[in-house]
This record gives sequence, C-alpha cells and structure tokens, in this order.
Amino acid sequence: MNPAYSNLLQHDVPLSWYLLLSAALFSLGVVGFLIKRNLITVFMSIELMLNGVNLSFVAFAHQWHAVKGQIFVFFVMMVAAAEAAVGLAIIIAVFRARATLAVDRIDLMKL
Amino acid sequence: MHLILFLVFAAFCLAGAVNLLLQSHPISSALSLVVVMTSLAVLYLLLGAEFLAAAQVIVYAGAIMVLFTFVVMLLNAGREERTLGSRAYAIVGFPAIVAILAVIATIILHTHGFGAVALRQGITSTQDLSRVLFTSLLLPFEVTSVLILIAILGAVALARRGDGERTAGN
Amino acid sequence: MSGMNVPATIDQIFILFTHWAASFFPPAFRPLIGVLLGVAGIISVFPALFALTVLFERKGLGRIQNRYGPNRVGPFGLFQPIADGVKALIKEDIVPFSADAVVHFLAPIVFLTAVFMGYAVLPVGRNMELVNLDAGLLFFFAMSATSELSVFMAGWSSRNKFSLLGAMRAVAQMISYEVPLLLSSVAVVMIAGSLSLPKIIAQQNQYTGQFPHWYIFTPWGLAAAFMYAIAATAETNRSPFDLPEAESELTAGYHTEYSSMKFAMFFMSEYGNMITVGCVATLMFLGGWTSPFGNLIPLPNNIVLQALIPIFWFVLKVFSFLFLYVWVRGTLPRFRYDQLMNFGWRYLMPLAILNIVGTSFWLAYR
Repeated sequence: MNPAYSNLLQHDVPLSWYLLLSAALFSLGVVGFLIKRNLITVFMSIELMLNGVNLSFVAFAHQWHAVKGQIFVFFVMMVAAAEAAVGLAIIIAVFRARATLAVDRIDLMKL
Repeated sequence: MHLILFLVFAAFCLAGAVNLLLQSHPISSALSLVVVMTSLAVLYLLLGAEFLAAAQVIVYAGAIMVLFTFVVMLLNAGREERTLGSRAYAIVGFPAIVAILAVIATIILHTHGFGAVALRQGITSTQDLSRVLFTSLLLPFEVTSVLILIAILGAVALARRGDGERTAGN
Repeated sequence: MSGMNVPATIDQIFILFTHWAASFFPPAFRPLIGVLLGVAGIISVFPALFALTVLFERKGLGRIQNRYGPNRVGPFGLFQPIADGVKALIKEDIVPFSADAVVHFLAPIVFLTAVFMGYAVLPVGRNMELVNLDAGLLFFFAMSATSELSVFMAGWSSRNKFSLLGAMRAVAQMISYEVPLLLSSVAVVMIAGSLSLPKIIAQQNQYTGQFPHWYIFTPWGLAAAFMYAIAATAETNRSPFDLPEAESELTAGYHTEYSSMKFAMFFMSEYGNMITVGCVATLMFLGGWTSPFGNLIPLPNNIVLQALIPIFWFVLKVFSFLFLYVWVRGTLPRFRYDQLMNFGWRYLMPLAILNIVGTSFWLAYR
C-alpha cells in the first residue's frame, strides 16, 4: 500500500497542535463573550473558554508526566460547576427583575 | 490512527464552537457546547487522562449543560435580537480575536521543546491521580467541597422567590 | 486463589481471533480492525439480548397479571420481537412540521450510541471485555449520564408541551438518582480498590471453602446492592419510577412525537440501558462471571465449554436481575413525582452516604 498513507496512519500528533486547538477554543470563547447578546449564551462562552484552558493543562500534563496538571483540571471543573450554579441563579434573579435576557437592556442599574 | 482521531475530534470541537457563535437560539448553542465537551473528552482520552475524560462527560456534559438547558427552558429564552451594538461588536471583535489567535499561534509554533503525543503511552492511572489528590493536594480538595456547598446554598438563596418581591411584571 | 482452572489460551480466544483476522490487513490498519471486530461483536450480540429481554418482560408481566403473554408468533411467542421489528420498519416515519428537524433526528441516535458505548467496558467472561479501561466503572457512568441529554433533546425538539414536560421530569429524575447510583457503587470501589471492572471481579473470584466472596454477601454490599437496584430503576425510567413515560399521565412523555423506527430505537435504548445497568449490578455485587459453586462441580475437560461456562453464569445472573425489574414493574404502583424526588434526595442519598461511612469503618478495622 502507498507508504504515504501508512505513514499518515502511524504519525504521532505534535503537542503544539493540541495547544493550537486550545488557543482556538479560547479565542472562540472570547469572541462569543463579546458578540453574543443573550446573557445565557455569554455564560456558555465563558464555559467554552474554561474548556479550552483545560485542554492545555491536560496536554502539558501528558508532556511532562505531571499528574498535578490533571488534578488542576479537576479543580477547574469543580469551580466551573460551582460558578455555573451560582451564575445561573443570578441570571434567574436578574430575569425576574428585568423580564429580559438581552444584554443590551440590562446595562443600567436603573430599572 | 492518532492523527486521524485527533483531526476528526478537533474538527468536531471547532465546528461545535463556531456553531455556538452562529446560532441565534440559546438551546442550539447549548447543544453545540455539549458536542464540544464530549469531543474534548475524547481528546483527553487520546492524551491518556482516562479519569478526566469520564469526569468531563459526567460533570460538564451531564450536569452543567443540563443545568444550562433547564435554565433556558425555565426562562423561556427566545432567539436573540440583532441590535446596532451587536453588529458593531461583530465588526470589531472578529478581527481582534483573529489577531490574538495569530499572536498565540506564533508563540506556540516558535517554541521548541514540545514533543509529540504518543498513543497508549503516559496513560495516567486513577491510583496515581488519587495518590497526589489525597496526600499533597488534600487541602484544596476539601476546600473545593466546601466551595461546592457554598455554591449550592448561594444558588438556592439567589433563585428563591422572596415574599412580596417586586418583579418587572408587578 | 481462583476456584476455576481455566487454561490460559482459551481466555484469549477473542484476542486470537482478532489477531488472525487482522493479519490479512497491512500493519497500519490492525488496531482499527481489532476495534471494528469488537464493535461488530457487541452490535450483533446485544440487540439479540434486547429482543430476548422484551419477550421475557412481556411474558413475565403477562403471567403476573394472570394472562399469557404473546404466544401467537412462533413457539411460546419466541418470534414476537421479529414481528415487532418488521412492524417498526414498515411504519411511516412522521416528523412534526414545527419540530426542530436536526435535533429530532439526532436524539434517538445519541441515546442508542450512549447505551452501546456502555457495553464496551463490560467483561462478559474471563478476559472478555472490549476495553480494559483503568477507570472503567466511571466511564460506564459517564455513558449513562450522556443518555439523559438525549432524553432532553427528544422532548425539546418535538415542540409539544407534553413532550417537554415529560422530558424535563425525566431529566430531573435521572440526574437526581444518578447521585445515589454513584454513591452506592463507591462502597464497592472502596473495598475492591479499583475502578476497573475486571479487577473488581477478580477480587470476588475467591472462595472460602465453597462460599464465593461476592460483595452481595457482605452487609455493606447488601445495602449498596439494594440502593443500587432502586437508583437504577429510577435511572432507567422503569416502574415504579416511570412517570415520565406513563401513558395515563403524559401520553407517552418525551417520545410522544416519535414513530416507527425512531420509537423502536428509543425502546431499544431503554431496554439496553436496563441491560447495561443489570450487567454492572452483577459485576459489582454478584461476582460477574464467577461460578457460585467453586470447586463443587467438576469442570468438563472440553476447553470450549470451559470458556462458555463463565458467560453462561453471567447471562444467568443478568437475567435474574432483569426478572427483578419485571417483577417490580408488575407489582408496585407508580410513584407521584414529588414523592419520587423526595425519596431520592432525602432518603436514598443520605443512606448511600451512610453506607460509605460504614464501609470505611469496616475497612479501617478489618
């Protein structure tokens, strides 16, 4: 069979590709945070950013055989869960006060 | 094998992330985010983190995203509206982020010393993970559990409808 | 200190077959071929088990309700699942006009995929698991967590108030009962010392005299088994926790708007979920494929039989667990929704935590 294909199948993935994917996910999260107009979608972009960073941590933990990298990801997950719970409760409270989830309408302290 | 698996699931990640930005309904964005999270779990498996992959699916895709979808249902969030402000942000935001991504990518690609990720090597066993977690990192672990307790109490206190609360509908 | 003397080569029968089949392909493709063969094996065996389970349930429920189950098609109704399958295939597939087409299409597929992925880590015999993951039990619970999301997708995409309500109830119930499910299995993991399913079985493959060391014969194991059985019944939306799909309450809950093959896929996924949960219950508490008799029954010298007998014990135990499911369905009335949530959070979860505390004391003072 064509040696080019078999080389492709046995190729290892360089670590920088994982880091590039992590950077891309993080940037897409930042874009989402800036351009989305719904409060919940903005919050989801924050979760996307956290996931991108988690991928970076796991990639480096593999590279340097450091288990603490994976444990840090574990802690990031726990903190993200706590933050999601409290953040969504705040969003519910804001919705009750303003009856809207559009970011452009919640930008003043005045009701 | 590794290359093909990485490319397929990285494509799923990026497609899900871009779809999150392009969709106007929050539920579609939430479901795209679930796609991103499960593809990331597969990427963690490729990097040898088995426990983390399972934890990612259970915690993120199975609990946090369910919470998000419940809140979207509860608040009956509809499609977003396109205002002048959002168009301005889109025009300015996209090139800015492309610039940031270009800077980060240049830094990554010019760094030497990153190796290649080999499949089936460097698989972290759960015992190694737990040995470090419960001996040298025990204090952060216990603090995290208290943090989650505080988050539960805070969420219940914030989302509860108080007596005679003035809402926008009254 | 195993009770069974099985020669080493026969355990490797699947591995040897995989090597033989993969030798026809160039070396770069061999891992892929091995994986594909394993997946093909699972896809061919477990739907057959699903068909048997459906028949078993209908006959069992029929007998509990003092009537025959299906007995027209084939002897004792054995070909009924084939008739049901043909009916599902030839029915018209109706998608509501205002339904979200992509999500509506994907929901049964996601459910089925999640259930089949759970089969990958189950050892059905000695050395007969597809993947020996170090965190195998956790991977299994991750797959059952994925199936909740598909229930929500089904209810949401149908644009039907009953579907949505049924889906929200079902998801709330599933995430509530996931906590006691995981907590009751933590007790087993503590004693076995590993999350990997073959290791948990290896710990139970010991005999004092002729009595097997299955975890269900220990006090904390018995408590954990009860809690696991209750939580699993709620997790798979079965009676008496089947409010999300009760016909008299919500038409059909989250799968109201699904017809023919998609409904059959939901049906298959629900029963498949039952089977996986039953398999994990036998692996954790009933010793998996180990024989209950130790050295009492002399093993036949035929090495093929020696490989098949563990699989026979495993299937027997899984079917006894499924019989428990059918028995409970035919006997108990349905829970009301608030009673269900009350029971899960205020009774089952603290009991599961107490079980873990008790297990840790037992471990410390053993």
